Amino acid sequence: MKPPRFQYHVPESLDEALGLLAELGADAKPLAGGQSLVPLLNMRLARPGHLLDLNRVAELDYLTERDGGLALGAMTRQRAVERSALIRDRCPLLAQAIRYVGHLPIRTRGTIGGSVAHADPAAELPGVLAALDGRITLQSRSSTRVLDPADFFLGVLASAATPEELVTEIWLPAVPERTGQVWLEVARRHGDYALVGLGASVTLDGDGTISEARLALIGVGPVPVRARRAEERLRGEWPATSLFREAGRLVSAEIQPETDVHATSEYRRRVAAVLTERALAEATRQITRETVE
Amino acid sequence: MPTRMLGEPVKRREDPRLLTGHGRYVDDIDLPGMLHAAVLRSPYAHAQIERIDASTARALEGVVAVFTYDDLGPARQRMPLLIPNPALTHPYTRYALARDEVNHVGEGVALVVAESRYVAEDALEAIRVEYQELPPVVDIERAVEPGAWLVHEELGTNVAAHYVGVVGDPERAFAQAAHVFRERLVIERSAAMPIETRGIVAAWDPYREVLRVWDSTQGPIVIRNALAALFGLAPHQVEVIAPDVGGGFGCKIMFYPEEVLIPYAALVLGRPVKWTEDRIEHFIATNHERLQIHDAEIAVDAEGRILGVRDIFLHDAGAYTPYGIIVPQITACQLPGPYKVPNYHVEFRAVYSNTVPVSPYRGAGRPHACFVMERLIDRVADELGLDRAEVRRRNFVQPDEFPYDVGLVFQDGAPTRYDSGDYPAMLARVLEMVDYERFVREEQPRLRAEGRYVGIGLACYVEGTGIGPYEGAHVRIEPTGHVYVATGMPQQGQAHKTILAQVAAEELQVPIERIVVIEGDTAHFGFGSGTYASRSAVVAGSAVALAARRVREQALELAARELEVDPADLVVEDGRIFVRGAPERGLSYWEAAQLANPLRYAYGTEASELLSKPRPWNGPALPPGRQPALEATEYYSPPHATWASGALACILEVDPGTGMIRFHRLCVVHDCGRVINPMVVEGQIHGGIAQGIGGAFYERIVYDENGQPVNASFMDFLIPTAVEVPPIEIAHLETPSPLNPLGVKGVGEAGAIPVPALVASAIDDALRPLGVRVTRMPLGPSELLELIARSTE
Amino acid sequence: MSAEVGAGSAQRRAIRVTVNGVVYERVVEPRLLLSDFLRHELGLTGTHVGCEHGVCGACTVLVNGEPARSCLMLAVQADGLAIETVESLAPDEERLHPLQQAFWDRHGLQCGFCTPGLLMLLKSFLAENPSPSEEEVREAISGNLCRCTGYQNIVAAALEAARLLREPVAG
Repeated sequence: MKPPRFQYHVPESLDEALGLLAELGADAKPLAGGQSLVPLLNMRLARPGHLLDLNRVAELDYLTERDGGLALGAMTRQRAVERSALIRDRCPLLAQAIRYVGHLPIRTRGTIGGSVAHADPAAELPGVLAALDGRITLQSRSSTRVLDPADFFLGVLASAATPEELVTEIWLPAVPERTGQVWLEVARRHGDYALVGLGASVTLDGDGTISEARLALIGVGPVPVRARRAEERLRGEWPATSLFREAGRLVSAEIQPETDVHATSEYRRRVAAVLTERALAEATRQITRETVE
Repeated sequence: MPTRMLGEPVKRREDPRLLTGHGRYVDDIDLPGMLHAAVLRSPYAHAQIERIDASTARALEGVVAVFTYDDLGPARQRMPLLIPNPALTHPYTRYALARDEVNHVGEGVALVVAESRYVAEDALEAIRVEYQELPPVVDIERAVEPGAWLVHEELGTNVAAHYVGVVGDPERAFAQAAHVFRERLVIERSAAMPIETRGIVAAWDPYREVLRVWDSTQGPIVIRNALAALFGLAPHQVEVIAPDVGGGFGCKIMFYPEEVLIPYAALVLGRPVKWTEDRIEHFIATNHERLQIHDAEIAVDAEGRILGVRDIFLHDAGAYTPYGIIVPQITACQLPGPYKVPNYHVEFRAVYSNTVPVSPYRGAGRPHACFVMERLIDRVADELGLDRAEVRRRNFVQPDEFPYDVGLVFQDGAPTRYDSGDYPAMLARVLEMVDYERFVREEQPRLRAEGRYVGIGLACYVEGTGIGPYEGAHVRIEPTGHVYVATGMPQQGQAHKTILAQVAAEELQVPIERIVVIEGDTAHFGFGSGTYASRSAVVAGSAVALAARRVREQALELAARELEVDPADLVVEDGRIFVRGAPERGLSYWEAAQLANPLRYAYGTEASELLSKPRPWNGPALPPGRQPALEATEYYSPPHATWASGALACILEVDPGTGMIRFHRLCVVHDCGRVINPMVVEGQIHGGIAQGIGGAFYERIVYDENGQPVNASFMDFLIPTAVEVPPIEIAHLETPSPLNPLGVKGVGEAGAIPVPALVASAIDDALRPLGVRVTRMPLGPSELLELIARSTE
Repeated sequence: MSAEVGAGSAQRRAIRVTVNGVVYERVVEPRLLLSDFLRHELGLTGTHVGCEHGVCGACTVLVNGEPARSCLMLAVQADGLAIETVESLAPDEERLHPLQQAFWDRHGLQCGFCTPGLLMLLKSFLAENPSPSEEEVREAISGNLCRCTGYQNIVAAALEAARLLREPVAG
């Protein structure tokens, strides 16, 4: 398990990195935290001719408030997000989800941009982006694009990024007033990729009805899945256990999970419903401080 | 006062080295001029090799050699059948490199030796092999059907062994039984997965004319003997050293192809060669275990007393049977467990498949046996409406019934004969620990009323440990103030350097700091078979005790002569021999060691005035029958296995929404006879339980229908982490073994045996309102929800 | 900063890495893993390799104070960085670090193969969380597989070490 030969490049600025990408094209692979790419190199399942190490591109390491939300540079370490009081305060869903990303010594190296660019359908960060309608910024030497998660995540380990483009930033909206956010996930072991993960964000009106509900699931399809029908059903309703159960049933009906060595499709469907119900109850409780009957 | 060392939680003498990064594992060894090897492995489960073209690989810069079968000289012979058995009518072993056929994904096809492992892996990619695919045999139930594809065409069958064991008159017992219950029970394939993979460094020392091999093995002596025979060397010309070994759990007691290939390459090339298995290789090149499919039935009377058990099972042998049929044989012999089964019919077929070969992994057939028997007992309790503990009590072998004969021949060829134990006390103790009565009467009904699914599980087991053939020990008192203890048993973390030192320290009455234990180096001790079958403390420990006793006698005799007293009037305390009641009249062991050796020199701080005393001529300096050292070699060969036992109880909760499980309590009462070091014993149990939890919930090796491994990485083969393994509560019960001088029994595999049975019992109980019955292990959340769904449909 | 040496298929780079306070200058192939660099170029074999795909945690070292898998980093990436390995914890076997002492006292190791990774992980974890609960310790070490101990005594040792580090023994 030793990597094959490659040419190593270590740009020190974004311009330099984008220039190299434009020059080297599809034969170059950006190396961010390396927590997914290096295993693939060691197993010789990835064999890029050129490795573009982004770890010296300091300008991509930031975490800041912008445009009513949070902007995170692609090279921000997951561990920095986990430690951030700003994230805990402004984006509780990300704060909860980030603790499920691998293990502590993975998050110290793993980056926000790397995880998003890798586009693993069971990874947490893409799920958070999908749940909150975040944005992904892609840059090449000649262009900058800002994409919605639905346009960015195209399939298993497949994204809209062209070989010349880098994910340079993600943006997430700050949590609105009277909003509860909950990340729930079932994995075989602590730290494993999710069998099913669910990000829920619920906003209540002044009268206590649900004004907005967002539900995104991971591990149940080739990309993070928004449960639109369930969200629709919740909107304008009074929170209630029966309503949440119905939302769970809708979620389970609108996903098409696969069977793999760890869980069947049917299992993922059932658990998606259960997690939906639990997450909605918990999100509502966060706002009202009361348990929904 | 004599110093008590046995039974004390002595801190491990191994640890300071290991904690500071000064351990020496095989991959840490770096010799001048060393080359690095990598093995090209078959990507197919079953194929004919048409052609191998290594010319491109040989031409790569940094590649020193590429070996295929034809290049192996004297090693062009089948690997040995290590443990024959009369029931193994169709044994089959492989070549060190495939000759013309590969029989599992991962079978070695070529060996590359290069200047670095990186280059060696480059070269693997440059070797072209043409394969003609053959139909793979993966499903062992299909493999035994008429007309099934064959793993080994020339055998004419996929059945390697067919064993039948009968005790009493099972036919009659079943015919007369008040009740008969049947179960189909499955344990899936798994593997030991030590965190250190296998590794070998071999070097020919041209000055001493010795082939030196460092090997991450549990049995260096056997490998030394095999290599000497294979390469036509005298045994002393091969030294096999098991240095620090990073876990074994059974999979490193073997004679693997690489253990031939790497020494051979070093001999041929005249340079040291290292091979370190990588993790992905480990999944396909190191033996697996576990898969068995049982059709079991139990016959009981109206009160739940066992009249008979009948168990017919298939055992997946994998592609070859180098280790014979040890695993299913142990299953067959140990299935009755701590219960009296007067009439017993057991029958198995060991079946070839195009998968990695199977040999013992911690537990070695016992987790399967325990799962089957305990499932049957729980079934009896449930069907007859009896308490599960009560059914166990009614069927236990009683304390006054030892020695108790099961009636079958055990893995060592000796009778399956339990030597001692107190099973009723063991169960009573664990029920008390877990507060069984209160849980069943108060807690569980309350939790059920809250809609929670919390259950209690029970499991009891016995374990035949400390089998032969024998082990030996050499004990030598040195004038330097040290006692050297050498044995042939290497360790993989079992604290031999501590517990064997405790034994020697107690027997000799010297401070433990004086004792140096040398293990796993054939140059220091060349007889014995290795570390397996929970036997080190029993067999090597007893040998150390015997050898130390002899050395003590020698020292006392010498001291008696020197002090001109009767040996019976001497006592030993803290390394000093003196006349009872006159402590000033005496000498230390170290002085005695110097006196034993009539040399003209007396060095060291321990040298005393005694030694400078001129000695008148009194015949030969070393009279007949005397030796110039206080040293002895003794062997201990057990009459048969000594039987450890245990009872476990756990309380766990099932989340019926997700199928996830959480332990509330996990209690163990364990009896390994006399405990040498309770801290070490508890550590062994903790580790075994963790592996058992792996076997119950997480760990399985999955092949697809083409014989391709599906989850061969640490991403997908799920070893439990600290979050999944709960706190474990342990109590000891000691019924000393009457068989050996120390009264000890083995503990190495204990924890791993009962957990699948225990967890199944607890899940059944937790989900009793839903009517779930667990019949296979491991049970992930997906399978558990499926069970719930099926039982509530 | 690293500089390229030579060209063609076997590119090599000069790097300067501080390991346990010692500055090492070496010329390496870019594909050389940090774990192999530490073990085989520098002879610091206390860092162990168990899976080379970032799951087992045996190779955990500190990179600029943060725990990281050395099998998932290239040696060239460590250029200019400070690495700490298990060899840095104690000057010798008689003067153990509180973590090592606690592992010894509490029987927190058996075969010892996973131990260096756990020690390094815990060194960093306890520095950031001096008074962790048992549950927090279990979660923190969940990226380090141990096949021998069932973790119970590792957890006990970590809690003990936390206490020792909080209340250093006088003298």
